[in-house]
Amino acid sequence: MRKNQNAVQEYETVIGLEVHAHLLTESKVFCACSTKFGLPPNSSTCPVCLGLPGSLPVLNEKAFLYALKTALALDCKIQDVIKFDRKNYYYPDLPKNFQISQYDKPLAFSGFVEIEYKGEKKKIRINRVHLEEDAGKLVHEARGAASYIDLNRAGIPLVEIVTEPDIRSPEEASEYLQNLKAVLLCLGVSNCNMEEGSLRCDANISVRPIGEDALGVKTELKNMNSFKAVRDALSYEAGRQVDLLRRGEMIRQETRLWDEAKGVSVTMRTKEETHDYRYFPEPDLVPFTTEKDEIDRMKAALPELPGARKKRFISEYAIGEYNADVLTRDMAVADFFEKTVGLIKSPKEIANWLLGDVASNLKERKISIVESKFKPGHLAEIIGLIRSEEITGKIAKEILPEIFETGKTPKKIIEKKDLRQIKDSGELTSMIEGVLKENEKSVGDYKNGKKSALTFLVGQVMRKTRGKANPRKVNEILKKKLGGI
Amino acid sequence: MKIRSCREIIETVNKKLNAIIYPSDLGGPAGGFSESDKTVTPIAIKDNICVKDEPTTCGSKILKGFRPPYDATVIAKLKAAGFAPIGKTNMDEFAFGSSCETSCYGPTRNPWDLERIPGGSSGGSASAVAAGMVPMALGTDTGGSIRQPAALCGIVGMKPTYGRVSRYGLIAFASSLDQIGPLTRNTNDCARLLNVISGYDRMDSTSANIPVPDFTESLVDNVKKIKIGIPKEYFPEGGIDGAVKKAVFDSRGILESLGAEFIDISLPHTQYAVSCYYIIAPAEASSNLARFDGDQYGLREEAKNIIDMYTMTRTKGFGDEVKRRILLGTYSLSSGYYDDYYLKAMKVRTMIKNDFLNAFKTCDCILTPTSPVPAFKIGEKSGNPLSMYLSDIFTIPANLAGIPGISIPCGFTKNSLPIGLQLLGKPFAEEMLLRVAYTFEQNTEFHKRKPSICV
Repeated sequence: MRKNQNAVQEYETVIGLEVHAHLLTESKVFCACSTKFGLPPNSSTCPVCLGLPGSLPVLNEKAFLYALKTALALDCKIQDVIKFDRKNYYYPDLPKNFQISQYDKPLAFSGFVEIEYKGEKKKIRINRVHLEEDAGKLVHEARGAASYIDLNRAGIPLVEIVTEPDIRSPEEASEYLQNLKAVLLCLGVSNCNMEEGSLRCDANISVRPIGEDALGVKTELKNMNSFKAVRDALSYEAGRQVDLLRRGEMIRQETRLWDEAKGVSVTMRTKEETHDYRYFPEPDLVPFTTEKDEIDRMKAALPELPGARKKRFISEYAIGEYNADVLTRDMAVADFFEKTVGLIKSPKEIANWLLGDVASNLKERKISIVESKFKPGHLAEIIGLIRSEEITGKIAKEILPEIFETGKTPKKIIEKKDLRQIKDSGELTSMIEGVLKENEKSVGDYKNGKKSALTFLVGQVMRKTRGKANPRKVNEILKKKLGGI
Repeated sequence: MKIRSCREIIETVNKKLNAIIYPSDLGGPAGGFSESDKTVTPIAIKDNICVKDEPTTCGSKILKGFRPPYDATVIAKLKAAGFAPIGKTNMDEFAFGSSCETSCYGPTRNPWDLERIPGGSSGGSASAVAAGMVPMALGTDTGGSIRQPAALCGIVGMKPTYGRVSRYGLIAFASSLDQIGPLTRNTNDCARLLNVISGYDRMDSTSANIPVPDFTESLVDNVKKIKIGIPKEYFPEGGIDGAVKKAVFDSRGILESLGAEFIDISLPHTQYAVSCYYIIAPAEASSNLARFDGDQYGLREEAKNIIDMYTMTRTKGFGDEVKRRILLGTYSLSSGYYDDYYLKAMKVRTMIKNDFLNAFKTCDCILTPTSPVPAFKIGEKSGNPLSMYLSDIFTIPANLAGIPGISIPCGFTKNSLPIGLQLLGKPFAEEMLLRVAYTFEQNTEFHKRKPSICV
């Protein structure tokens, strides 16, 4: 382990990522078939996406606009003339045995995504963004007796986003993916769900001695099915390459598959076996121009992107970098936060609740914040009740699940369950007197100088009042009672 | 012509010509028309155009058994306008050819001389119309495959402007060159048919979103003051049959006497057209034909793995000329060769197109022979692909430029073999072509002559 750590230190890892995201259009990119997920196999097909003889593609304008939006949000330059190309290769999941994609003139180029890692901000440059069609899905029978083809996925619009080799670690790669996902979610152009297949990531990775400018031999990594897998795979592969170089061996330029179960990468195909795709301009789709005015308008009309929103949260709400970062990862959570702030001006507390107990309640129920019954009004009410000392923080945490289950307001719940904080001095005093009587030893401890005995006694009062006693008042009264110290 | 008599004619004459390979089962799922319906016009359809539930095989073994689940746009239009597709016609396999000899169903014969080819690739359609089996047919033209058979069979054949007629449902050969067009006995029927099949189709991104005029209105017997260009490159010293040259010159005389003005023009890049075409067309074809692999439909040769299945299916399913062109096309798109071949050819194509656009500044249409030779004997050129490719020397440029062209009968050799006259027009100026063609037709008798095989 130690030896490995030292070894990696001498080398620098250089990573480029290639992401494919399904665009959330109703129809496929070149025909009117539905893109709905989970339909019976081959039920969402037509002559076009089946590649039947005589069929022709027609561009789905919305798919183009979504890809364009994505490119603008990534600060890319937009190509003057949009054209498509055929990428020719044979595979059973590709009905025409060519894919309609974009080759030498992608829809956009030269953009960037900002990431922050270990306190340092960095721009990961985007080399290109382009639009293409997805292939179908192959399902292999366990014993290899037969393979089945489901063409529902054939023709679903994909936006492909490729970075320059600017990423220097698996952690940076993860940051990049998180930020990219946040942008795509914010725009509403994709679900970005790696487990469902609406986001796929391949990587190009090489290592080089620190200080060296030239790039080392790269390998391509595929089959990483989660953000964690991307980190693990890149980490493993960097280590494998460094090990090879240390032993004086050469890195073979090849494509490798990540084997999640075994935690290793394995050779898939070598450079010699790579395809010549014989790209040429797609003759069935007519190139068209993009108007600068339209592009400028689109750019101006983009929603507030996560990066900008995060900066604003930090300056406007003073909630700190970390909180702002996590809140703006999910637009719905960020919206919830701002709506709640609109109801009660306690941004720090709201942030803490959202990132703490609200998040855990959502996770437990496996739902998103928009799906839950818990609303900004509820959170605002909770914070207000705590502020006015009507309930304790502890009680608030306890009633959260019920709000999630029923959508009832906090006020109703605490009324029904009689959870109001006991603030009345008289009431508290008699409670406290009772506790003191029952805990003479602790009283003695405290009087002998053991300060922690006070905490214990406070705890006893809280326990007796089932958490309803106002801790501040309890402290006050107890101290007085124990008095003379 | 009633469909019933059509069927009778087909049953007798077709045996000699092999023009129709799949007669429609009228009244069955494909028909939709009753045989005695007088208002219905029978039409034969080239076998690369999809007719729902009917065999559509492109003259190839690899598509044996394929019945498309949809109608090509032109077929839907025809059915809606009272036309009944009565059968699929023979063609060079996947439209690769100029003689109708490469079909897996054997050659079609020329009604004027059964030992000769009818032209290709729409040989079946041309032969059927010339023999009176049907009044009209649809063909397709990528490098001359409507016009050349029309010339060799003594009928009218038109390739509309690229984009005038939808390609949705046409099994693609070369996507940037293919067009569907009419084969008829006279210009009147040609105009009628063109009216029906033309028009913007949102299923075809390359179809032109412009209005369709009533083409029958251009059938006017008047060419006074119309300027017709004679390109010197289309009248080389050698390389055209003497009878063809004479017939075309005489036709010029006829039109001149009717008031047309002739201008000498030059289309300087003509000499590069055939080479240019034989880079671009096979390249696009190699990609278009990649889908035929035994996976979903047609022939499948069972094998132990997918690559073998693909290989065996395509080896057994494709004929030699198809294999030849796929190889050519794949080569010219390959890494390291793309720039020198495909890209270069695309640039030459632009120059050829510009030649025409330039010429059209001074003339309304252009007159040339359609084919350098009349119908040759079956088997005469099939062993010499390059010689075969030169059959299209006068027709190819129009496809490269996307402009419309029509071939009309203008004479006969002393063996009674038809000779065709070609007129080329400005983009979307089919009306001008029909006007000149109609005038010529009205003042000559060539189109009235029929082969003796005719009923």
